[in-house]
Amino acid sequence: MAVVAFFVFSLLYLTPGDPAAVIAGDIATDEDIRRIRATLGLDEPFLIRFGTWVWALLHGDLGTSIFTNLPVTRLIGQRVEPTVALTLCTLVVAVAIAVPLGVIAAARAGSWTDRAIMAFSVLGFSVPVFVLAYILILTFSTGLGWLPVQGYRSITDGVWEWLRHLILPSAALGTVYIALIARITRATMLDVLAQDYVRTAQAKGLAPAQVLVGHALKNAAVPIMTVVGIGIALLISGAIVTETVFAIPGIGRLTVDAILRRDYPIIQGVILLFSAVYVLINLAVDLSYMFFDPRIRY
Amino acid sequence: MPAAAPALPSPSLSPTWLRFKDAFRRHPTAIAGAVVLVAMTLMAIFAPWLGTVDPQALAPVNRLKPPSAEHWFGTDMLGRDVYSRVVYGARISLLVGLAVAVLGTLVGLAIGLVTGYLRWVDAVVMRIMDGLMSIPSVLLAIALMALTKASVGNVILAITLAEVPRVVRLVRSLVLSLREQPYVEAAVAAGTRLPLILWRHILPNTVAPLLVQATYVCASAMITEAILSFIGAGTPPNIPSWGNIMAEARSLFQIAGYLILFPGIFLSLTVLAVNLLGDGMRDALDPRLARRM
Repeated sequence: MAVVAFFVFSLLYLTPGDPAAVIAGDIATDEDIRRIRATLGLDEPFLIRFGTWVWALLHGDLGTSIFTNLPVTRLIGQRVEPTVALTLCTLVVAVAIAVPLGVIAAARAGSWTDRAIMAFSVLGFSVPVFVLAYILILTFSTGLGWLPVQGYRSITDGVWEWLRHLILPSAALGTVYIALIARITRATMLDVLAQDYVRTAQAKGLAPAQVLVGHALKNAAVPIMTVVGIGIALLISGAIVTETVFAIPGIGRLTVDAILRRDYPIIQGVILLFSAVYVLINLAVDLSYMFFDPRIRY
Repeated sequence: MPAAAPALPSPSLSPTWLRFKDAFRRHPTAIAGAVVLVAMTLMAIFAPWLGTVDPQALAPVNRLKPPSAEHWFGTDMLGRDVYSRVVYGARISLLVGLAVAVLGTLVGLAIGLVTGYLRWVDAVVMRIMDGLMSIPSVLLAIALMALTKASVGNVILAITLAEVPRVVRLVRSLVLSLREQPYVEAAVAAGTRLPLILWRHILPNTVAPLLVQATYVCASAMITEAILSFIGAGTPPNIPSWGNIMAEARSLFQIAGYLILFPGIFLSLTVLAVNLLGDGMRDALDPRLARRM
């Protein structure tokens, strides 16, 4: 985590481009820029700035937004709910769809079902999130009028309204993730199905479904979980785009606005937050191996 | 970004090529991918002669015209011909995809070779790579682009930096298994010096898996470029790229969906072609997997 923090900070420090000059605008004099730089503490040497930043970070302070002058933690806090709702919803639904798809594809390897699932998987990798999002909107919202075009409702406004606004964004966001997980599920299942213990299970007359789920899937769980964890990266970057397309006021939207305004403290804070979440989830995934495979001990 | 590329080194070059031919015969999808890619490349190169007009030419009178015989893909909010912009846009996507694939693979290869062989470099470099990899790659590219001036060169550099760690990991794992091979031991015993071992014995065996990885990097780079442009942190708006055309149509998609549809279809088709080609190559190089397909 410390490495990540150091990285995020030094990256933003090393990249050319002067925030003070951006804030001051085109008509500012050198004097103006120098003054803004001094008030922001941008004229201090690297290590001092890094020290101050880490010290503040340890106190739960991510700095103050250059543009709105509000604390970054508060800005992020206001935006957390939609993003968490969107990604969590997508994560659960995607895994629930992708794993059975992969298992079916592996069980019927070479059949038309298998080919169709794999074709969907390659397609899922290739269509960018926002293109898919617009196709979904044009079909289901403006075309058929079944679902709202854009926007977000808090769950406190009623579960149905909340869900209605989440269906399309989750579908757009989840497709790549489903494609990835279905593919790895199929590949690991094929490996496991070739093992001796699967043949034993089949030989002693267990139902095919029982062999698939009880014997094969259980042993394929660890690689699948690994990819579920790594795939979170797709969900995070996808959420930024999805929130932009569907006008969802989440952290992704905050990031895009911050980029357009060159609001460095927000960008720094958001990247640090996302990376922390990513690292923590993958740590949790590592620990979950113990549950799926009792042979693994830490 | 499909799962990791195969780690199976091919014994020598000529059987590899035979296997390529064989696999392509059994994988018509890979051939279709190659054909689409060649077509897109030709389109990008010969853009000025494909019935296009100047992609930047403004014609405010012809704002937001739907597709017609004169404007095949319609016109955008400034009256520019979308067909011309899409055809010229292929240049940016293909350039970024190719440049990132080549640069990323070469840099990753160089770092991976050294870290796989030198213990003390390995410890340091792999920590740095772990740090880079703990930031989701698109996010890293966004952060880099947010801080530099928008230009095609910077987009390429930012995406390359975000993609390199994964190539390094692949090369490193290949090198770690290759260095234990008897023929490498024999070379060491014969007193061959390190640079020559890397060049003669290790490098040729990493080429095949790297080629597969490069296609995946290329596909992922084209999507990342579109995402960057789409959220306003990529290719400068005055250059028509597929991402930019779609970004400009963001607020207009309800009245002019075709502005998003056409570049979207071209982008998806190109990425699909690259992925199919990559899958075909992976099957060719990993017979264990190919037999099950």
